[in-house]
Amino acid sequence: MSNSGWERDSLYPDSAPGDESLLGQDDSEAVGSYLIGLGLATLLTIVSFFLAISGTTLVWAPSIPVALIVLAIAQMGVHIVFFLHITTGPDNVNNVLALAFGVLIVLLLLAGSLWIMANMNHNMMPMDQIMQMRH
Amino acid sequence: MSAFEAAAGYDRQSWDRRPVAVHAAGGLGSKRIIVAYGFWIFLLSDIIMFSAFFATYAVLVGATAGGPSGRELFNLNNVAIETACLLLSSFTCGIASIGARMQRGIWFYGAMAATGILGAAFLFIEVHEFVGMVARDAGPTRSAFLSAFFTLVGCHGLHVTAGLLWLLTMMAQVFAKGYRADILRRVLCFGLFWHTLDIIWVAIFTVVYLMGVWQ
Repeated sequence: MSNSGWERDSLYPDSAPGDESLLGQDDSEAVGSYLIGLGLATLLTIVSFFLAISGTTLVWAPSIPVALIVLAIAQMGVHIVFFLHITTGPDNVNNVLALAFGVLIVLLLLAGSLWIMANMNHNMMPMDQIMQMRH
Repeated sequence: MSAFEAAAGYDRQSWDRRPVAVHAAGGLGSKRIIVAYGFWIFLLSDIIMFSAFFATYAVLVGATAGGPSGRELFNLNNVAIETACLLLSSFTCGIASIGARMQRGIWFYGAMAATGILGAAFLFIEVHEFVGMVARDAGPTRSAFLSAFFTLVGCHGLHVTAGLLWLLTMMAQVFAKGYRADILRRVLCFGLFWHTLDIIWVAIFTVVYLMGVWQ
């Protein structure tokens, strides 16, 4: 009984979002986490700006908007892990589940809005025909 | 047993038979965890609000009504400086949270002051950009695109302004009341708020500025 699942689980108290994991970290490691986050975020930002400004031929041009979005999502992930300390550890299950629900709503909202509005634009009568009907 | 413990199913005699209602290590989560979790839920709802503004912007980005487009209006040098300010301020905000936890005034006040200065620099550049756009007849009333632009970016700017006021309040409260548990909870929530503003800015500089200039 002493090794039952929920008792082992209770060895890991929850971490508050924003607090570093309670599982064995000291303050120098905490500073290290912010430094890693700063370095990765700077790198991703520089790559984003380079892709958008330079008109580079290193990548196929039509793929650049997709690349920018992927880089932005990666950078948000870096911020969430290294600055907000939302991790996949057992002390962070609540925080991750709340985040997952937020991401779900954001995706539904963005994709739904763009889809519906694109569909309505597609189905709208061309503007010159609307003008003719008014006369 | 208090009424709250009873409501939470926390019963000393039978707590081992009720694993579901009993929190980690046999008690409810500490107030710090509960407060920060509640504030995390608020921040997620704030992000959902921003996603509605992003969807509006994406729908209206082509509706310039014969007015200027993003390509003609945006200055990426300014945006790069703004991005650097916010990213560095996010880092110094993290240092300030460590300083608060270690209760070391030099780290806490120094890093909070750096965060505030960087945030104010960001805000100054943004207001300068807005004033310049309005002066060249590209204000929020010019086109649907510009209405959506000022709503989205301006809302983020308002959040930064509120964050700056909160930052000064936290420095004053720590100075006046010390590193009390309730003050430290507020500092934790402020840190979450500030980091989240930087996450929103990543989306703004990518979707609004970089993709606006690239097109």
